Amino acid sequence: MKLRTILMGAAAVIATAPAAMAERGSDGNVNVIYWQAPSILNPYLSSGTKDIESSSLVIEPLAGFDEKGDLFPRLAEDIPTVENGGVSKDMTSITWKLKKDLKWSDGTPVTSADVAFTYQYCTAPDGGCAQGAHFDGIKSVETPDPQTIVVTFTAPKPNPYLAFVGGQSPILQKAQFADCLGAAAPTCTEQNFHPIGTGPFVVKDFKTGDVLQLEANPNYRDPAKPAFATMTLKGGGDAESAARAVMETGEFDYAWNTQINPDLQAQMTAAGKGHFVNAFGTLVERIEMNQTDPSPDLAEGERSTVKHPHPFLTDPNVRLALSKAIDRQALVDVGYGEAGRPTCSIVPAPAAYASTNTDCIKQDLDGAKKLLDEAGWKDTDGDGIRDKDGKKMHILFQTSTNPVRQDVQALVKGWWNEVGVEVELKNIDASVYFGGDAGSPDTFEKFYADVEMYANNFDGTNPEAYLAGYLCSKIPGPDNQWQGENIPRYCDPEYDKLVAELAKTSDMTQRGDLAKKMNDMVSAVGMDSMALIDRGRLSAASNTLGGVVVNTWDSELWNVQDWTRIK
Amino acid sequence: MLDAGSSAPLTLAPPRSQWRDVWDQFRTHKGALIGMAVFFALVALVVLGPHLWRYDPNFIEPDAMKMIKSRNQPASLAHPIGTDQLGRDMLARMIAGGKVSISVGFVAMTISICFGTFVGVMAGFFRRLDGPLMRLTDLFLALPLLPLLLVMVMLFRDALAGVMGPSLGTFLLIVTAIGVTSWMQSARIVRGEVLALKEREFVLAARSIGTPSRRLILRHVLPNVVSPVMVAATLNIADAIITESALSFLGLGFPPDFPTWGRLLFDGLPYLQQYPERVFWPGLAISLTVLSVNYIGDGLRDALDPRIRGR
Amino acid sequence: MLTYIFRRLLIAVPTLLLISLVIFLLVDLAPGSPMSEIPLTVPPEVKKKMIEAMGADQPVFVRYLLWLRQFFWVEPAYWLDGHFGTHLAGDAQRILSYQTRSPVFITIGQRIPQTMTVIGSAYLVGVLIALPIGIYSAYRQYSWFDQAGTFFAMIGFSVPTFFTGVLLIVVFAAKLQWFPSVYDTTLKVTDWASFLKQVRQMVLPVTVLAMFNAATISRYMRSSMLDNLGQDYVRTARAKGMGEGTVVLKHVLRNSLIPVVTVIALGIPSIFGGAIITEQVFKVNGLGAALIGAIHANDLPMVQTLTFIFAVLIVLFNLIADVLYGILDPRIRYA
Repeated sequence: MKLRTILMGAAAVIATAPAAMAERGSDGNVNVIYWQAPSILNPYLSSGTKDIESSSLVIEPLAGFDEKGDLFPRLAEDIPTVENGGVSKDMTSITWKLKKDLKWSDGTPVTSADVAFTYQYCTAPDGGCAQGAHFDGIKSVETPDPQTIVVTFTAPKPNPYLAFVGGQSPILQKAQFADCLGAAAPTCTEQNFHPIGTGPFVVKDFKTGDVLQLEANPNYRDPAKPAFATMTLKGGGDAESAARAVMETGEFDYAWNTQINPDLQAQMTAAGKGHFVNAFGTLVERIEMNQTDPSPDLAEGERSTVKHPHPFLTDPNVRLALSKAIDRQALVDVGYGEAGRPTCSIVPAPAAYASTNTDCIKQDLDGAKKLLDEAGWKDTDGDGIRDKDGKKMHILFQTSTNPVRQDVQALVKGWWNEVGVEVELKNIDASVYFGGDAGSPDTFEKFYADVEMYANNFDGTNPEAYLAGYLCSKIPGPDNQWQGENIPRYCDPEYDKLVAELAKTSDMTQRGDLAKKMNDMVSAVGMDSMALIDRGRLSAASNTLGGVVVNTWDSELWNVQDWTRIK
Repeated sequence: MLDAGSSAPLTLAPPRSQWRDVWDQFRTHKGALIGMAVFFALVALVVLGPHLWRYDPNFIEPDAMKMIKSRNQPASLAHPIGTDQLGRDMLARMIAGGKVSISVGFVAMTISICFGTFVGVMAGFFRRLDGPLMRLTDLFLALPLLPLLLVMVMLFRDALAGVMGPSLGTFLLIVTAIGVTSWMQSARIVRGEVLALKEREFVLAARSIGTPSRRLILRHVLPNVVSPVMVAATLNIADAIITESALSFLGLGFPPDFPTWGRLLFDGLPYLQQYPERVFWPGLAISLTVLSVNYIGDGLRDALDPRIRGR
Repeated sequence: MLTYIFRRLLIAVPTLLLISLVIFLLVDLAPGSPMSEIPLTVPPEVKKKMIEAMGADQPVFVRYLLWLRQFFWVEPAYWLDGHFGTHLAGDAQRILSYQTRSPVFITIGQRIPQTMTVIGSAYLVGVLIALPIGIYSAYRQYSWFDQAGTFFAMIGFSVPTFFTGVLLIVVFAAKLQWFPSVYDTTLKVTDWASFLKQVRQMVLPVTVLAMFNAATISRYMRSSMLDNLGQDYVRTARAKGMGEGTVVLKHVLRNSLIPVVTVIALGIPSIFGGAIITEQVFKVNGLGAALIGAIHANDLPMVQTLTFIFAVLIVLFNLIADVLYGILDPRIRYA
C-alpha cells in the first residue's frame, strides 16, 4: 500500500508539471488496450466511441474540452468569444484563427482550406456523415485568408462551439480526402485507415478490429512531445480482462472503460501494478417509466403508443413511490463502487446546468407504501400484490444484458416486491436492444415493457439537444419507424414551451435555470425518467504511466502527448 | 437378441427375459452403478431440494444495510454454501438452477439425438435420401448460430410465452433451439456407421431373406449404432447445459431471475479469485452430471451389446 | 470414384447457392441494425442518412444480388488484378463492411494467419493427444488409465472454455506470470527469440482449445476401438498367432479410425470458423472474433461473406470425409 501511495504521488507530480525536460520519443513504447477494437480511423464515417477516440490520436479539431469541461484551443490560436470579438454579437457567426506554422504530419502546412473542406466533406450528399449533427444550422464556412475560418449560422446560435470542436469533429487534410466526397467516402479505405493528421501520433499500421500501431508525429507542434516514440492500441476481449492486463499482469499501460464490479476493483488494485482513474461526466443510468400501455393484448402498432395511456405509471404518485422504494446508494455499492454516485437528475453536470435536487437519494419504503395507498392501489385480495379496480400492479422491467444491470434489476425487484408491486424481469442482448430495428419487438425505443433501464448522456457540455429529446413530437411510434428520443413518451405542452425558450436564450444563468427546471419536470420531481446513478468513466492506468488525466467531455486520450513513463 | 453377425454360443439354460440379461450385465459395471447413484442423487436433490431447503433463491434483504452485510458470505449454518454478491442463498440457487439445467440438458439432448439418428439412418440406408439429407446437414452446419437464435427468439418467444406462459415457453424455445442446432454431428456419424453396416454380412443376409427395410433398420442397424450415439449423447448433454448458459449470457435464454448452473458458473467467474467456491459448486454440479451420464452410457452400451453380454 | 467426386462437386454449386440465400435471409431477418453500436447521442436523422449511405436500406433481394455479383465476379477480378496486373475489375465496388467501410477481404486476409496458427495448432495438438489416449483407454478398458482418461475428458468437456480460459489467465498470467494473457498479433517470427515469444503466447489459448478438442475426439476413438476389439476378425487374427501390436495397431486401429476420421475431418472447417470465446478471452482477434463482432454490429456483408466461406469449407470437407471413408473402408462403394 505504501509503495502505491508513493507511486501515486509521483504520478501526481508528473501530471501537474508536464515533463518539460523530456525529449520526443525518449520513453519507448506505450501499450493501450481498448476492449472494443477500433474499426476505422475516420470519425465522420463511424461515431462509435472506440473509433472517435483512436482517431483523436492522429487527427485533431480546432478546439477541445479539458477535464473540467472547459474549451481549450488545439489547432486554433485561441477560443473565439463574444468578448474577444471572435463570436458576433448577434451569435450568427464565429471566426476561428489557426495557430501559425502548423504542419500536417507529411510536412505540408495546415490552412483554412482544410477546415472548409472538412465541412464540405461532412455535408456532402450521400456521404452518410456520422457527425452531421455537429454541422447543423451552418449557412456557410468561408476562408478569407489561409489562417482564418468564418462560420456563419442560419440563425443565432447560443452555442457556436459544435463544428470543429471535440473529438467528434476533427480537421481532415484536403489534399488527402479530396477524392473521397459523398458516395465515394467509403471507397477511400487507405485514407480512412491512415489519415494524415496534426496529432501527436501518426498511423504506422492499422489492422481493423484488432490493433493500431502508431509512431510519434515528426512534425508535431510541440518539439518535445510526445514522450513516447511508439504506441500500440490493441483491441478485443472484455472490460474485466482489459483491466486485468493492466492491473494484474502488467502487460498494458492503460485500459479504457474498465467498468467492473467494486469487489473486483478492490482485488485488482491490491495487486499493486496499477490504479483506476475515474471522472464523472453526464452519463446517467436511468429507469424510464412508460407513459403508454405496453400490454400485449393491444394490436400491433398500438402497443406503447400515445393512443393508450399506461394504467398506473401515468400517476405521478405511483412513479414517486417506485422511486422512493429504491436505495440508490446500495446500487452504487453493489454495482459501481468508485465509478458511480447516486443522482436524481438526468443532467448531473456541468455545474451550470445541473439540478441540485437530491430528494430521491434517501430510501423510504414506508413513504412509498403510503403513497401507493393514497393513490388507491391496495392489496385487497391478500396475495401481497397491490391492485385497483381488479387490475394488479404488475411491472415488466427490461434492460440490456450486462451483469451489473442484472444485479440492479434483482435489487430493484426486491424493493418493489417489498412495497407490494409484482415485477417480471427481462434482459435483451445489447445489439438488439440498442439496435433500433423497427422490425424487432425488443428495442428500447419500442419499449414493450412497463419500465426499462439504460444509460444515456449528451455530447460536450450543452444539454440543449438532449433536453429537447423530451418534446411531445419526439415520441417514438409506428408513424416515425419508432425513431425518436422521447423514450418514456413524456408529453407536456409546458415543457415544450421551455424547450423553445432555451433555444433562444443565450444568457448563461438563464439557460442554467431553464435546464434545471426542465430536468426537475421530467426527472427529479416528475420521475418519468427516473435517474438512478451518475456513472463515471473508470479506466485503468499502470503505475509506471505518468500524465494520465481522465476526461469525460472529450476523447479519453485527449492529452496523450503529455503521457510519460515513470522510471 | 441374436443376430446373424454374432456367433456367441447359445446358452442352454431356460429362457430368460432379455431385459433381465441387460440389467444383470449392467450391474456388473461398477462405474455405471456409481454413475447411476450419483445421477439419481442429483435428480433427488433438485426435485426434493425445494421442499427440504425452503429458501427463495431470489430472496434479497429489502433493508439495504442488511443486504450489504449479507453479501458474499462464506459457508455457514444459515447458508451451507454461502451467499452471492446480492446476498442470495447459493444452495437454494444451486437447487433451482439444477432443475432447469438438468431438464434442458436432457430434453435438448433427446431432441438432438433422435433427430440426428433419424437423419443419419435415413441418409445412410436409403441411397436416394443421402444427397438431400446430407446437404441439409451442410446447411445447418454452415448457418451462423447466433443470428439463427436471434431470429427464433424474435419470431417465437412472445407467441410461445402467450400460449404457455413465460417460463415454459422459454424452456421449449431454448431446448428446441439447442436441439435443432446440435444434431448434425450425430447425423454425420450415424450415417457413416450405417454406410459401413449396410455392407456387413448379417445385413446382407437379412436382406436376402426378404426382411423389410423397417425391420432391418430397427432390428439390425439401430442396435449396432448405439455406441457412437451414446458417446454423442453424453457429449450433447454437457453441450446443452453449457449452450444454455451462453444463451442466458447473451440475453436469449431464461429471464435473469431464473438461475441455471451455467449461468451461476458464468456469474461467479469475476469472483474467481476472491470467492472460488462461487464457481466451484456449479462447475462441480455440471461435471458430475456429465460424468455420471457418461458412465451410465458406458454401462448401457456394454449391457446392450450381446457379444459382451454373453461373456 | 472420380465420377463420384465430380458429381458431388457439381451438386455442391446449387447447394451452396441455396445455403448463401438462406444465410442472407436469416441474417437480414435477425433483429438489430448496423446502428446498434452508435452512441445514443447521435440523432435519428443522422442514423438514417448513415444507413442510406451504406446501402442497407435497399430491398433484401437487391442487396443479395449485389452481394452475389461482388462475391463471384468483382472480388475474383480484384484478386486477379492484384496478382497479374490486369484491369478486369475496373471501378466496380468490392464487398464493403458496414463497420469498417472497407473491403471485407482485407479484414479476412488479416485474420486468417492468427486463426490458422492458434486454432489450427490447437486442433492438431488435440488430435495428437486424443488418438493415443483413446486407443490405449479402449485396449485397457477399465484400467486406471482408462478411468483417469475418461475423468479428465469429461471434465475437459463439461467445463466451458470461458471458464478454463479465465482460470488459466488468472493462474499462469496474473499469478505466476509465465505466459502473456494478450495475444500479440503484430509479432513477426524472424529469429529464435521471437519464435520463443510466439510459442509462449500460444501456450494458453492452445491449451484451452486442445483440451476441449482432445476430450471429444478421444471419446469417439475409444468407443470405436471398443467396438472393433470385440469383433470376430480380431479373435481370428489372434488365433492365427499374430502379435498383439499388429492386431491392435494394424487391424483394429484401421477399422476404428473410420468413424473418427469423419469427426476429425468435420472439425477442420470449424478451425476457420475460429473459436469465438477463446479468441475473445485471449484477444487473438481471428475470424471467430470478426464474425461475432460483425453479428453484434449487424454487419451483413461481413457476416454473409464469412459464413459463406465457412459453408464452402464444410461442403468441401464433407466430401473429403466421404472420400476418405471409401478409401479406408473398401466395403463402402460409391456409385
